[in-house]
Amino acid sequence: MTVPLNPKLFDTDVEQAPIRAGFGEGLVLAGRADERVVAMCCDLTESTKMDAFAKEFPKRFFEMGIMEQSSASVASGMAAMGKIPFVSSYAMFSPGRSWEQIRTNICYNDRPVKIAGSHAGVSVGPDGGTHQAIEDIAITRVMPNMVVVTPCDSIEAKKATLAMAKTNSPTYIRLAREKTPIITTEDTPFEIGKAQEFFRSANPKVGIIACGSLVYNAIMAGKELEAEGTGTIVLNIGTVKPMDRTAVIALAKECGAIVTVEEHQVAGGMGSAVAEILSVEHPTKMAFIGVQDLFGQSGTPLELIKHYGMDKDSIKVAVKKLS
Amino acid sequence: MTHLHDDKIKLLEEKALEIRKSIIEALVEAKSGHTAGPLGMTDIFTAFYFHILKHDPKNPTWEERDRVVLSNGHICPVLYATMAHAGYFPVEELKTLRKFGTRLQGHPHREYLPMLETSSGPLGQGLSQAVGMALADRLDRGQNSNRTVYCFLGDGELNEGQIWEAMMLAGREKLHNLVAIVDRNNIQIDGFTENVMPLEPLSDKWRAFGWHVLEIDGHNMEAIVDAVDEARAIFEKPSVIIAHTIPGKGVEMFENDYKWHGNPPNQEQGANALAELRTLGGQIASEHE
Repeated sequence: MTVPLNPKLFDTDVEQAPIRAGFGEGLVLAGRADERVVAMCCDLTESTKMDAFAKEFPKRFFEMGIMEQSSASVASGMAAMGKIPFVSSYAMFSPGRSWEQIRTNICYNDRPVKIAGSHAGVSVGPDGGTHQAIEDIAITRVMPNMVVVTPCDSIEAKKATLAMAKTNSPTYIRLAREKTPIITTEDTPFEIGKAQEFFRSANPKVGIIACGSLVYNAIMAGKELEAEGTGTIVLNIGTVKPMDRTAVIALAKECGAIVTVEEHQVAGGMGSAVAEILSVEHPTKMAFIGVQDLFGQSGTPLELIKHYGMDKDSIKVAVKKLS
Repeated sequence: MTHLHDDKIKLLEEKALEIRKSIIEALVEAKSGHTAGPLGMTDIFTAFYFHILKHDPKNPTWEERDRVVLSNGHICPVLYATMAHAGYFPVEELKTLRKFGTRLQGHPHREYLPMLETSSGPLGQGLSQAVGMALADRLDRGQNSNRTVYCFLGDGELNEGQIWEAMMLAGREKLHNLVAIVDRNNIQIDGFTENVMPLEPLSDKWRAFGWHVLEIDGHNMEAIVDAVDEARAIFEKPSVIIAHTIPGKGVEMFENDYKWHGNPPNQEQGANALAELRTLGGQIASEHE
């Protein structure tokens, strides 16, 4: 059953906001709810939207300078003393550069440190490939104890931030820079580990599993495919790990074919996680929308999403091939 | 902490001898592991766990305890042996070091031994964690916190850039509740530190990063205790104690030879080492009398 979504979702003037903005709002709310919440940022406080927290809780905010590796370890030390630290930077550098610190100091110790990776995906745009994290889901989900959340819009990011502040698990939240359409509403349920059906046609032949910034493209593809006579179901996988196995298997059983959609390398990403489940539980034909073993480059977000085959039309082609 | 009288010094030195013995026995039994670092740091660990630290081996999660971060996790035989002798777990358990199912993992893992403050092994990460603990302590207790965070570091691991990140941050934050202890034993796996990657002038570097620097003989109990006393009395800065130690201290065959950094003694070498340890005359002050 589909969950309630933004009534303007299919309008051309649907509201837009950056996913990272929802993180910033959620962090302030988490800080108000629990004084154990502390935040640290690597010289990108405005950019990663930690500025509101820093302003409201100056004593609980730590400017770390450009030291992503040390920040992960410092956060682990703070968590050892009972804090719930959020660390933010660009995803390319945290968890990118700080991977081993996150592995050994945070996950190996099972400390409730929350890593917020902003500017993930090629949609960072003109900054080019050095700044486009398209490996972060793979390198975080591979670590034991780690939870990986990938909100699809700013409202879901706010809810995810609040939810992860309440758990004792190391958690990675993937955020994007650009404004993207608001898909959910304040009333759309969010729970870590639960997938949600965002779109359903009658007589679905292909299940589309999407996460993050590309959920909107997946829904738009589903809508157009419906008009063209191909039924789909779109599942928003807000948590890549632990993945909602029940929902994924049920979708594969109902549709018989699966297309995964993510702004990430196909290798090791969300689609791989889906394949790991289905190949064992219910072998299903699959196609993977994502970056095909390439680095990013400069361009506008729309140009890059199209170039790397992650736009609405590419999703439609993949679905039609499987239907 | 009080000043050491002669009887206490003697007691600590005798305890250190027992701990060295346990380290050698555990390494022989394990058939792998590091020898030089643990023996070189035994006097310091003994001084800490039997005189300096505020801790309760029977209640390892006591909130008021000082925090100990071992950054160079490979010297864990000395941590385990000292903790065992201090009463955290049976001395007998040291024989399980590095074996399947042991709580005493080859490098410390707090999932297996939860009384540890952190896991370690990958070098260069301990000081940052200690800084995090000291920051959290100050956030909760303010400037007059009575808990101290101690971080033990190897000199070789100062090659890691992350150490200098943590040094910068601790300096900026003026973390007086943080004391780092550097094991200046001059060796790392590939050779002498000054040949592999020179660290000197090491004191000047720490000082330049905003730290109060003390240099001591790391085998002199009185010097160790005095240095920690001074470090804790410094209010406006974090302190570092650069402890000059002899790697492999206590067994001539092991001393100052970097080949013993990462190797254990075999059965025969172990037996010789234990025999030599008992006749350490001339090397430990109390036996020197």
